[in-house]
Amino acid sequence: MTIGRRRSPGRPGLHPAAWWLWAGCLAGAASRTTNPILLAMVAAVAAFVVSARRTSDPWSRSLVVFFRLGLVVVVLRVVIEIVFGDRVPGHVLFTLPQVPLPSWAAGVSIGGPVTTESVLQAAVDGLRLGVVLMCFGAANSLASPYRLLRCLPAVLYEAGVAVTVSLAFAPEVVMAIAGVRDARRLRGRPTRGVAGLRGMAIPVLESALDRSLQLASSMDARGYGRRVAVAARTRRLAGGSTAVGLLLVVVGVYGVLDSGSLPAGGLPFLAVGAVLVGYGLGASGRRTNRTRYRPDRWGAREWVVTASGACVLAGLVLASALGVPGLQLEVYPLHVPTLPLLPTVAILVGLVPAVAAPAPRRSGIDRPGATAASSHRLSTEPVGGAA
Amino acid sequence: MITFSDVSFSYPDATAPTLSHVELSIGEGELCLVVGETGSGKTTLLRAINGLVPHFSGGRLSGEVSILGRSTREFPPRELADIVGVVGQNPAASFVTDVVEDELAYTMENLGIAPDVMRRRVEDTLDLLGLHELRHRPLLTLSGGQQQRVAIGAVLTASPRVLVLDEPTSALDPAAAEEVLGSLTRLVHDVGLTVVMAEHRLERVIPFADRVVLVPGGGAQLEVGPTAEIMSASPVAPPIVELGRLAGWSPVPLSVRDARRRAGPLRQRISAAPHPVAPSDHVDKGGVVGSVRRLTVRYGEVVALGDVDLEVDAGEVVAVMGRNGSGKSTLLNHMAGLRAPGSGRVRVLGTSPSDVPPRTLISLVGLVPQDAGMLLYGESVADECATADRETGLDPGTTAAVLGEVLPAMPPDRHPRDLSEGQRLALALAVVLAPRPPLLLLDEPTRGLDYPSKHRLVATLRKLAADVVGVVVATHDVELVAQVATRAVVLAEGEIVSDGAAREVVCHSPVFAPQVAKVLAPEPWLTVDEVRQAMEASSSHA
Repeated sequence: MTIGRRRSPGRPGLHPAAWWLWAGCLAGAASRTTNPILLAMVAAVAAFVVSARRTSDPWSRSLVVFFRLGLVVVVLRVVIEIVFGDRVPGHVLFTLPQVPLPSWAAGVSIGGPVTTESVLQAAVDGLRLGVVLMCFGAANSLASPYRLLRCLPAVLYEAGVAVTVSLAFAPEVVMAIAGVRDARRLRGRPTRGVAGLRGMAIPVLESALDRSLQLASSMDARGYGRRVAVAARTRRLAGGSTAVGLLLVVVGVYGVLDSGSLPAGGLPFLAVGAVLVGYGLGASGRRTNRTRYRPDRWGAREWVVTASGACVLAGLVLASALGVPGLQLEVYPLHVPTLPLLPTVAILVGLVPAVAAPAPRRSGIDRPGATAASSHRLSTEPVGGAA
Repeated sequence: MITFSDVSFSYPDATAPTLSHVELSIGEGELCLVVGETGSGKTTLLRAINGLVPHFSGGRLSGEVSILGRSTREFPPRELADIVGVVGQNPAASFVTDVVEDELAYTMENLGIAPDVMRRRVEDTLDLLGLHELRHRPLLTLSGGQQQRVAIGAVLTASPRVLVLDEPTSALDPAAAEEVLGSLTRLVHDVGLTVVMAEHRLERVIPFADRVVLVPGGGAQLEVGPTAEIMSASPVAPPIVELGRLAGWSPVPLSVRDARRRAGPLRQRISAAPHPVAPSDHVDKGGVVGSVRRLTVRYGEVVALGDVDLEVDAGEVVAVMGRNGSGKSTLLNHMAGLRAPGSGRVRVLGTSPSDVPPRTLISLVGLVPQDAGMLLYGESVADECATADRETGLDPGTTAAVLGEVLPAMPPDRHPRDLSEGQRLALALAVVLAPRPPLLLLDEPTRGLDYPSKHRLVATLRKLAADVVGVVVATHDVELVAQVATRAVVLAEGEIVSDGAAREVVCHSPVFAPQVAKVLAPEPWLTVDEVRQAMEASSSHA
C-alpha cells in the first residue's frame, strides 16, 4: 500500500476493529453467564469505557439508544414469561386467570400461577440479551460502523459501499420524516395519528428515492466502479477459486463442529478452502485500482484493547469450564447471587481501554456553525438528537 | 478542451428538445459562465459535459460531446472522473462518506492515487477552501455554505482539468461566496483549470468570467461571446450591468471598479435629485404582529440563538441577514411554531405559535421554507390549490385566486415537480398566503431564482407590506434586501449584532452593500430603479 519507504501516518484514534473486537468479547462474555451481578458489571464496564473514550460525533450517542433497547428487551421478556411462561414450581407471586386451550396446543399455556422463580429467570434472561445489545451499542459509540467498513479488503469494497449507503439511508429518512412533518404543519395538516402517517409516507419515500438516484449519479461521476482491464481467463479463475474455496470452508467448518464425521476433523478442507478463497479474493481485488486514504493502523494500543476484551471472554469461558459456582443464577433455593472471584476479576480487566485507548478529540461539534445540522433543511434537530 | 458538436438533447417524454444543435467549444484555462432563465437547460448543458446526461438522465442525445478527446458516447461518467469534476446544485445529496476528510479523499481513492499524494492534496485543499477546522466533522452537521465548500473540495482533490459547477454560490453568504469564487479564480490563473459554471447571482460571478454562454431556453441557439458583449443585451443581467445600460455606458461595466471609474458624471447629475424615500419612512405601522423575547436555542453544547429579541410590525419587511449557520433558519422555524422555544417567548398576535394545532397555525403565521417544493405534494397545480382549499377549510378557489395575484398564467395541469424554481416558489407562496396569515416568513426565497422571478417576488412582497402583513425574509441576497426590506437585522453566532433601517445597515457594511450603492457611494441610492427615478427627476428639473 505504501509508495516509497515512508509509512504514511494513520489517522488519530483507535483502529475501529479493535473497539469492535473488544465489544464483541464483552458481549461473548455476557452471553456466558446468568449471574445478574456479573451482567450488570459487564454493562457498567462498557458504559464506563464509552463515557471515558467516546468522541462528540453524532453516533457516539448510540449507547443510550441501545441501553433503552435493552430495557425494552428485559420488560418484554418478563411480560411474555408472565403471560405464556412455563409454570415452574416455586413461590407463587400471583395467579393469572388461565385460558383453557384445546388439546392440540399442549405445551402452550396462557395465564396460571406466576412464581418468583420464573419471573427472576426471565428477567435475567432478558438482562443477558440486553447487556449483549449494550455491548454493540458501546462499539457503535466508540467507532462508527462506517469506519469499520473502511477496513474491508479492496475486493469487498463495493459490498462495503452498499452497506455504507444503506446505513446512511436511516438518518436520511429520519431527516426526511422531520422535514415532511414540518411541511405538513406549515400546511395546516395533521402531523399525528393515522391520517398524519398516511399523508407522510409517500413524500418521505419520494425524497428517499430521489436522494438515492442523486447519490448514484454522484458516485459514478466521482469514479466509483472504475475497472482495470483484466484478462477474461484471470477473472474466471478468480471467481472459480473463490466459489470452490467457500464450499470447502463450509465443509471444513461442518467437520470441525461435528467431530468424527470427516477425516482429521475437517481441518484439511478448511485449510485448502481458506487458501483458495484468499487467492480468489486477491485476484479479483486486482481488478479495482483503489487506494486508501489514511488507513487505520494496528499498533500496540490496538493489541492492548483487544487483549483486554479477550481476557474478559477467556475468564468467563475458563470459569464455566472449571465449573466455578455462582456463574449461573440458581433459583432453587432463592438466594442473593454470590460474586465469584475469577469472573469478577476478568470482567474488571475490560476497563483497561478507558486508560489505554487514546483520549478522544472533543472537537466534533464545538462551533456555532454546527447548528447547521439543519439550518438548511426544514428539520432543526441534529440527527443524533433524534436518539 | 470541451467540444459540443451539433448536440441535441431531449428528455424522455418531452415534447420539445432541451438543447438543439449546440455548437460550443471551451478552451483550456477558461472560466466560462452559463447564464439563462430557470428551466432554460443550463443544468442539462452542464451535466452533458461529463456524460451524466444522458447516461443517468435518460433521453436522447445526438451529436457528440467530447472532452480532451474522450467522447461521452464511449466513456461513462466514471471513466471521466479523472479529468472532470462536477458539483451539483444540492451538494448534500452528493456526499458518499460521513466525515469531511474522507469525503475529500473519496474521488482520489477511486482513481487509485498514491496515499502520500492523497494526504498532501487533502491538506492543500483543506487550506485552499478554509476547511481545516472542519476536517473531522460529520458531514451531516455542516451548514449549507460549509457543505458547498466541501463538495467543491471533494472534486478538486482529484485535480481534474475541468471543473463543472452548478450554482456554486447560491447557498452561500456574500463573504463565503467571495471566498469560494476567489479560490476558483486562483485555480484558473495558477494552474490553468478550466471552469464551467452556471449561476443566477450574476452580480457575484460576472467579474470573474472570461466568456458567457447564454442559454435562451426552448431549444433556441446558444449565444456565446465575451462577457461584456453578451451582457449588454442579455435578458438576465446583474444590477451593475443594468446601471451601465441605464447610464448608456458602452461596453457595460462588469465590476464595481469599472463602474465607479465611469460613474463620476452620473453621481454629479443625480446628486441634486431628491434623495430616495426609504420604504421604512412611509410605512404605516399597524402594531406588533410577531415578537420574540429573550429566545435562546441550544443544540447540545452549541448555542444557535442567544437571547434574541425581535419585534415585527404589520406592514414591515424585515430582512434577517448573517453568515451561513448564524441562526437565521432557527429563528424563522421558532417564529413559525415548528419548534417550541427552549427558553424565552415567541408570540404571534399574542399566541404562542408552537402551542396551537396546525389548522389554527396557518391562519396565524406562514413560512415558506428554503426548499419551497417541500410544501407541495399535489398531482398538479390545480390539484394543489384545490387540496389546499379543502384541507384548510377555505372557500373553493381561494388559493387559485391568490396564485393568480402572485403569478398569473401558471399552467394548471403541470406537476409541481416540473415547475421552474420561480413557479414553484409562487405556488408555495400562494398556498401559504391563502389563509391570510398576518405574519409571513420566507427562508432564502431567492435561491435558484432568475431575475424575472426575483422581480415578481419583490412586487409580491411590497404588495403584502402595503396590505399590512408583517414579512420576515432570511436571506443572503443583498440586492433583494436593497429592493424590498424596510428593516435589516444582522445575526452573528446566534446574536443580533445590528438592527435598524435597511438602508443604513446595508450601506454601512462593505459585505452587505448592494452593487449600486458601492458604485454611487457616498450618494444614498441602492437600486437601479431608484437611480432611474433620480435621473428622471433631475432631468425634469433641468
